[in-house]
Amino acid sequence: MSSQPKGMSRRDLLAMVGMAAGASAMYSAMAGMGYAGTSDYKGPVKLEGDPKGASVLVLGAGLAGMTAAYELRRAGYKVQILEYREKAGGRCWTLRSGDSYTELGGYTQKVGFAEGNYLNPGPWRIPSDHYAVLDYCKRFGVKLEPFMQVNYNAYVHNTEAFGGKPQRFKEIQADYRGQIAELLAKAVKQDKLDEAVTDEDAELLVASLKRYGVLNDDLEYVKSEKVSEHRGWEKQPGGGVGAEPVPSNIISLSDILKGKLWNNLITGESIDHQAAIFQPVGGMDMIAQAFEREVKDLITYNAKVIRYEGGENGVTATYVDAKAGGAEQTVSADYCICTIPFSVLGQIEHNFSAPMTAAIEDVYYESSIKVGLEFKRRFWEQDDHIYGGISYTNLPITLISYPSTNFFSDGPGVLLGTYSWGAAAYQFNAIAPEARIEKALEFGAQIHPQYRDEFSNGVAVAWHRVPWTLGCYGEWRDKEKHYPAATAMDQRTLMAGEHISFLPAWQEGAILSALNAIERLHKHIIG
Amino acid sequence: MKRHLAQAAVAAALSLAAPAFAQDFVTTSAAKTIPGTEGKDIYNAICSGCHMPDGTGATGAGHYPALAGNAMLEGPDYPIHMIIHGQKAMPPVGDVMTDDQIAAVVNYIRHDLGNAFEGETTAADVAAAR
Repeated sequence: MSSQPKGMSRRDLLAMVGMAAGASAMYSAMAGMGYAGTSDYKGPVKLEGDPKGASVLVLGAGLAGMTAAYELRRAGYKVQILEYREKAGGRCWTLRSGDSYTELGGYTQKVGFAEGNYLNPGPWRIPSDHYAVLDYCKRFGVKLEPFMQVNYNAYVHNTEAFGGKPQRFKEIQADYRGQIAELLAKAVKQDKLDEAVTDEDAELLVASLKRYGVLNDDLEYVKSEKVSEHRGWEKQPGGGVGAEPVPSNIISLSDILKGKLWNNLITGESIDHQAAIFQPVGGMDMIAQAFEREVKDLITYNAKVIRYEGGENGVTATYVDAKAGGAEQTVSADYCICTIPFSVLGQIEHNFSAPMTAAIEDVYYESSIKVGLEFKRRFWEQDDHIYGGISYTNLPITLISYPSTNFFSDGPGVLLGTYSWGAAAYQFNAIAPEARIEKALEFGAQIHPQYRDEFSNGVAVAWHRVPWTLGCYGEWRDKEKHYPAATAMDQRTLMAGEHISFLPAWQEGAILSALNAIERLHKHIIG
Repeated sequence: MKRHLAQAAVAAALSLAAPAFAQDFVTTSAAKTIPGTEGKDIYNAICSGCHMPDGTGATGAGHYPALAGNAMLEGPDYPIHMIIHGQKAMPPVGDVMTDDQIAAVVNYIRHDLGNAFEGETTAADVAAAR
């Protein structure tokens, strides 16, 4: 390796500027969630030509399965769906007042939330470039509302910084950006980057940094009225006598750097988190319910598939009652769209080819934990002036997300009090639901001391305990090697689901994979 | 047993001496590994989430195999490999445990949970399998 160059290259400089500007969407809040990809949805699928009575068996009534069933029936296919659960939707799922959820291990949680409050244990946001989900919402009349991803008045928190006191996002954001801009502007002004920047660019760069960082004429980021318009005031402006505002003090770059509070400043800037971003009014499963209304007559519920066999003459799935067991029943069709998570499919007896079997066995499902906490009043709004959005912390809960709906209401509200991955998620998974809730309270109270006084009840979903997925989303050990086999027709089956997409863990990926599968199936049948 | 008692005594003394309690839960979302040094504690910090505290496994649409009475645990190589690399739906969890922790938990699942398979696994055995 060559020795460290003294100056920055132009590319390094631009990359640095870009990152500070948030132009570079390199960070995904959900570690390991793959790409922040834009959907390639091209509008409603058109399956032209007569399928001449061909039948398709759809395994799984999640969004992928129901998309496939809905569109295939419209195109003239005979369709039936087998679903393990007592209801449709899969991971498009909402827990609300009166619901009961039993996880692996037998713990049953009865959701005690007040009427209208809910937790989305799975997907909870719809980016504005997830065109397929948004299109189906429009077609099925699912009402959407803005999801608050970034809230400048929420907190960033690190137990190791500022004595463990949470800091306002806007203060860290403005001070971090301003002081980086100051450093860079001064370096350019002092010709320290003359090898990296032309004289002409240097002048423009300094002007842009002055604007970008809210610097004064001496290119300094200092306490001022202008800066306080970004980071907030020490004393807010008022009306009448004694109303002048007082500018606030700046937090030093050194403290911000050491406290690592820059870590989540750009989380909301990747394309799958940028504004505008949406949620269904009333809970994510409004989408599932809308799909279910369209295909309900096709679904056999409580059907646990135990065997699949495909061949020259068609496909046959054998199932038993998911709760009672008992006698085996079979369903036959000409073809199959299989959306059963590979974590489950790998345990079902089947006659798929060796390459498909290897693909199924290549995928494991991630650990993730969500805890919904209901509080008697919306103290985050009433006391802390936080309306929606997300506070980030280095605590095992990762974040606290405030409800993006029913602002200013008097009644109880539900916070997403934990959303974690990795070692923390595994450990949350290994303790009982009430212990998960207790941990969420213990950690969250370090950010909001009101927690203990205001807590009402909670619900905790650890995804490795979810009986019908055995994990959160499909993670390929070697996607490059096995993905082609997983997408090929095998024993008259095409696979679909978020795991058969490049938008893993997103509903968009599930729907796009289903649309792609039925287009290929239709082409195969029509010829 | 004697060893366990001695360790319990040390732990008790430590907990009296210092206000900090024995760490039984990750302290940060960025934690790379779970806490714990004893096989049972490690088992109950991660493995029990799916294989259940008594090692009986669980069944839903798919199932998590029982470790209690599981003949596959007769030798240590299989559980070491499964923990580090996973297999099918079993995720690789070698990254959230140290070699020492994996060795301790392999000993726990092979010696406890109603199992009585012979042989001690060491961190060196785990390191060799990584």
